[in-house]
Amino acid sequence: MTTKAANTRFARFRNLEFILGALLTGGICLAVVFSGVLFPGGVDKIDLLARLTPPFVNWAHPLGTDPLGRDVLARVVAGGKISLLVGLTSVAGAVVVGVVMGLVSGYYRGFWDMLVMRFADVQLALPFILLAITFIAIVGGGLTNTIILLIVSQWVQYARLVRGSVLSLREREFIQSARAIGVRDYKILFQHLLPNLIGPVIVLMTLNVANNILLESSLTFLGLGVDPLIPSWGGMLADGRTYLQNAWWVSVFPGLAILLTVLGLNLLGDWLRDSLDPTGRTSR
Amino acid sequence: MAGFLIKRFLQAVFVVFVVTLTVSYAIRFTGDPALMLAQGAGSVTEEDLVRIREGLGLNQPFLSQYADFIKGMFTLDFGRSFLGGTPVSQLIASALPATMLLAFASLIVSIAISIPLGIRAAVARGKWADQTIRILSLIGLSFPNFWLAIMLVLLFSIVLKWLPPSGMDGFASFIMPALTMGIILTATNVRLVRTAMLETLQSQYIMVARAKGLSETKVLYKHALRNCAIPLITYFGLQFGGLLGGIVVVELVFNWPGMGTLAFDAVASRDYPVLQAVITVLSLMIVFVNLLVDIAYGLVDPRIRTE
Repeated sequence: MTTKAANTRFARFRNLEFILGALLTGGICLAVVFSGVLFPGGVDKIDLLARLTPPFVNWAHPLGTDPLGRDVLARVVAGGKISLLVGLTSVAGAVVVGVVMGLVSGYYRGFWDMLVMRFADVQLALPFILLAITFIAIVGGGLTNTIILLIVSQWVQYARLVRGSVLSLREREFIQSARAIGVRDYKILFQHLLPNLIGPVIVLMTLNVANNILLESSLTFLGLGVDPLIPSWGGMLADGRTYLQNAWWVSVFPGLAILLTVLGLNLLGDWLRDSLDPTGRTSR
Repeated sequence: MAGFLIKRFLQAVFVVFVVTLTVSYAIRFTGDPALMLAQGAGSVTEEDLVRIREGLGLNQPFLSQYADFIKGMFTLDFGRSFLGGTPVSQLIASALPATMLLAFASLIVSIAISIPLGIRAAVARGKWADQTIRILSLIGLSFPNFWLAIMLVLLFSIVLKWLPPSGMDGFASFIMPALTMGIILTATNVRLVRTAMLETLQSQYIMVARAKGLSETKVLYKHALRNCAIPLITYFGLQFGGLLGGIVVVELVFNWPGMGTLAFDAVASRDYPVLQAVITVLSLMIVFVNLLVDIAYGLVDPRIRTE
């Protein structure tokens, strides 16, 4: 009886998790998409007379202005564009590479498999930030390089995940029979195996969009990521830090934007994981 | 068992080999250190550059430079910094303890918070305490570590004026950096503790312990916690890499004189013996800890060995 009551409460909580996650993520996406309509003045309009306006005072600048008199809210929304762009494209790239590698190495095994898995070991030993420092020191920063770096550092996760599933799926009857009647390999990989293992991949993707937004912002904050002239959350925080003493809002709002966006995606990912895996085996 | 040990050891050696080889090779593309060194020295002729390269051993073929580097790794001689000529091992010797101290303190903070909270969540599974802890942990997972650091500075140094905003000087300067990484780690660890406890709490010896009338605290902290110590130590060990990565970033916010600050200064000035040594030392440590965890786990749980 008590467990049943707890379960209902649990289910209600799950729905809440989804609603909150969808609201946060949806809200940020809408703000970014309609940023042109919301801020017709543009994000780089310098208004030196209004510099360092505190938030909630002047409704022309609801979140205040930065040391150059630029509107913080407009810049936060513009920064969201960069974050979403980096988050989505890097995950898309890593998924494509990782899934193909995982399918191939799990299905064919052998030398290729060993190579991919040892490569995964190497990447596990090198924390992202060290890989990033080395990579950026060599090829330089910038938007494109940041995305490439994220793809390079993350495809392994998908490859390992997919490979694990393929190893167990390939012994199952439906794959064995497909092979027996002579279905082509690429059809087995993409039409028979892929749909059966895509669930956990989607969960990982959601969580990684969140994670990559965090990573991009820390790289940019450190001056290794996106060009500081483009408004981005990490870049705004790096600027704002200098004015922490007398203009807290310049550092607070971009960080809050990161927190809320990442939280929204994490809530969705969490909800998705539990929906796809009702036994809660994988939920940690 | 011997086979398992050898296999794991060889894998670790392979990882170190690939990391050092890649880093040493790749780092050569960051630019000509001779040019960097010659900057500000007035007029520099091509002969000067050649002389500098010879002095640094840069005219040697790559493999012989790499061999020198590996030899240096065993004798703890990583060459000299391009800036000021300080031996790199000396720089590392002063930066590494600062970083390790921070790592250790963060781990302690995180364990101190996450074990009671994780146990609480597991006991109250599905109830409001569990949900609250879950949401808190999700919020913690979503925090950018550097922003958390900035917010702590804002609160404790600027508004309350309790703690120094940066530097490493006494216990007070320790609190915020350790708290930042401790909180970030706690977000993951609470979930790990909860999962491990949930499994343990279902076992029969817990039922027996309860049946014989032990106090709940004793059941949880003495019987249950001890039994999930092994998976927990493993998780904590495997986090080591992520922990070091996080510390590298947090160090910069707090101007902490550790490996992260050293690495970033090295990037900015193309001081590549230093950068190479920092990355090598950190990845060596991570590989070593992972190897220890693997071996410890293999010793305790024979099923891992046969895999």
